[in-house]
Amino acid sequence: MAKKDYCKMISRSKPGPGDGGNTGSWRVMRPIINLDKCIPVKTGKIACFNCWLYCPDCVVTKTIPPTIDLSFCKGCGICAEECPADAIEMVDEASQTEKEK
Amino acid sequence: MHIIESGNVAAATGVMLSRAQVIAAYPITPQTPLTEKLSEFVESGQLGAQYIPVESEHSAMAVCIAASTAGTRAFTATSANGLLYMNEQLHWAVGARLPIVMCVANRGIGAPWTVWNDHQDSMAQRDVGWIQLYANDHQQIIDTVIKAFRLAQTVSIPVMVCYDGYLLSHTYMPFDRPEQSEVDRFLPAFAPKHFLDPQNPGNFNTVTLPDVRQGVDGVMEPGYIEIRHNLHQDLRAALESYEEIDRDFVKHFGRGGTPFVEEYRCDDARFVAVAIGSLSYQLRDVIDIMREDGIAIGVMGVQMYRPFPDQAIARALSGKECVVVLEKALSYGNQGPLYGDIKSALYRLADRPVLHNYILGLGGREIKTQQLLDALSESCSEPKAIEDTPRWIGLKLQE
Amino acid sequence: MAEKTTILNLTEEEFVHPGNRACSGCGLSIVYRMGLKALGKNTILVVPPSCLTVLQGLYPVASTKLPCVNVTFASTGAAATGVRAAMKALGKEDVNVVAWAGDGGTSDIGIQALSGACERGEEIIYICYDNEAYMNTGVQRSGTTPQGVLTTTTPIKGKLQVKKDVPAIIAAHGIPYVATASAAFPLDLYDKVKKATTISGPKYIHVHTPCPPGWAFESRYTIKVGKLAVETGLFDLYEIENGTFRLTGPSQRLLGKERRPVTDYFATQGRFKSLSAEAVQKIQQQVDAKWAAYQS
Repeated sequence: MAKKDYCKMISRSKPGPGDGGNTGSWRVMRPIINLDKCIPVKTGKIACFNCWLYCPDCVVTKTIPPTIDLSFCKGCGICAEECPADAIEMVDEASQTEKEK
Repeated sequence: MHIIESGNVAAATGVMLSRAQVIAAYPITPQTPLTEKLSEFVESGQLGAQYIPVESEHSAMAVCIAASTAGTRAFTATSANGLLYMNEQLHWAVGARLPIVMCVANRGIGAPWTVWNDHQDSMAQRDVGWIQLYANDHQQIIDTVIKAFRLAQTVSIPVMVCYDGYLLSHTYMPFDRPEQSEVDRFLPAFAPKHFLDPQNPGNFNTVTLPDVRQGVDGVMEPGYIEIRHNLHQDLRAALESYEEIDRDFVKHFGRGGTPFVEEYRCDDARFVAVAIGSLSYQLRDVIDIMREDGIAIGVMGVQMYRPFPDQAIARALSGKECVVVLEKALSYGNQGPLYGDIKSALYRLADRPVLHNYILGLGGREIKTQQLLDALSESCSEPKAIEDTPRWIGLKLQE
Repeated sequence: MAEKTTILNLTEEEFVHPGNRACSGCGLSIVYRMGLKALGKNTILVVPPSCLTVLQGLYPVASTKLPCVNVTFASTGAAATGVRAAMKALGKEDVNVVAWAGDGGTSDIGIQALSGACERGEEIIYICYDNEAYMNTGVQRSGTTPQGVLTTTTPIKGKLQVKKDVPAIIAAHGIPYVATASAAFPLDLYDKVKKATTISGPKYIHVHTPCPPGWAFESRYTIKVGKLAVETGLFDLYEIENGTFRLTGPSQRLLGKERRPVTDYFATQGRFKSLSAEAVQKIQQQVDAKWAAYQS
């Protein structure tokens, strides 16, 4: 009797996060949002959101306040550089982690 | 319906009857009339396919790979250097497990340029993993194309149907053109398990690691070697599936029954000549002449070359005194490719026949019946001399 | 004329998963994220070997949420053709068929297949993200590497030849839509990709894509570097619609104004450090001449 169930293995990937693992571990610097300076927080309005727009990794939420998913944030610093209110500071990751312990 | 047409038109008709959906077309001698006929079928409305006049053979196979991955029945045709140009894509189609069908009008390869027939083009692809079927006449061309589409989608492996350039592609023979309704009953519509689908997204054939790796739903997924192992296992299982398909073809069309080898006067033969393609039919005249002289000889044409039907061949040649393999191809620096494969298949036998290898017809050098008669007569009179160095038929000038 | 997209009305749906293997600060990540937002769910992607292959993930995890077929390096244009042919055969005419290739895969090894697809008038969108070298394999020079740039295969003297003008080559095929865009202007990129989905025939978008490791700048400056390329007049944002050329957005606003000197751009990236003063002057003159021609 000839085989019937052919081609049981092919390379077809399914969508899901974290292909690169916990990419938050790549960080050397961590972004911290200063809520006193953040424009949407200060005004209470949907405004600015440069950080959300320019984030390469989709880890910034378009919320008031914006939040950053630190399990995947690679610490590139683009959000800090592009914030028009200088509300985001890149701080040393190692000392932050130390602080949290 | 009986018609008289060329081998290329027989092939094109087989493609039309098989309802190919996407056809990639690039001209190369001696396949070109096949491609031209298909464009006529499409433009006249006889075949409702997308006909893509691509800008190279590499792109022809790219179109087929993409169209097949997107869930349609894809076809292209080529010869010689065109086949070699798409070599990278041939490997891709196999690894991607796509049921593409391609016709190869066999032609020699450059350098230097040749347009004439030999088997070097398809033989050079024997390790890639494509299923290789060889047709010996026009009836077999049209029948094998139809069988190829069914085999390809059954086992999810691409199939090339090869036939001699010029000798078959451009000559005219009468053959039966199957009825469309009967072909539709024999060949079900293509319904793949996985295909490009916005409703069910997946990423096909990206970088695959050496090791197994956990997928998004927690299941362990294979590494590269498992995927390739599955391919090989399926290729070996395809032998039995093709036998089944061929039996079904006989039921529908009353023709076939020789999926692996086609034997002529081999049953009581002491000696067997082995060849591929139209040469195996030309050899029948020589067999008849030698039989008149009382020599118990037969000829066997190999119809499925990959996967290699080693058991069928071992069964057919077991107990024979001498087997003479005549080939229009060479594994340069070694010996004929078919010769090497047959030798491996017979290795396990307790009483192995003596094996002789002849290389002939390269670049379309004419093969005369007298030359075949002389070579076979010599082999039959001196069977014990086992030769690993191939002899050549038809050389005219010395170095 | 469609309304320009702003941060406020840009769709929030994401089509790329985080945690992928793109470099920190990758310009392509921004380009890809925006492009997929514009394309939407009813899309099939075609991707040759490139940084995007890696971004999209290793088997069995895909960081793209859209169906995609990976293809050999030279075959992108032909593979996109094949997907479109299948969609036609299956009666699924409304699916976007979109090729995403790097500069190497477009201007060098892939140009034959792309040219064929354009000549045949294929119903596809082809997006070339130009990070100006073979970045995925470690920063080797490509046809679109600008003159003088240091790469791993032009490590001392810098590239001798000029940057291949791929949009001009593609425009010469007479396709209905050719555009340039930049990672630094993501909303402009979004609108151009969105526009492409409404046009019939082949569409080509060439996207300037800053690359922190390959261009040798700190990852936080990806947008700044991309903006400088446009503000110095070195990389121009334009559309060629049915043969008519028009500068767009920030480039259009530069007409008649003073551009920043090219040295401002070169100073931001280590890959330009072997440019001589003479070479820089020559480049400034070429840029000035180009903009003078725009004026007329």
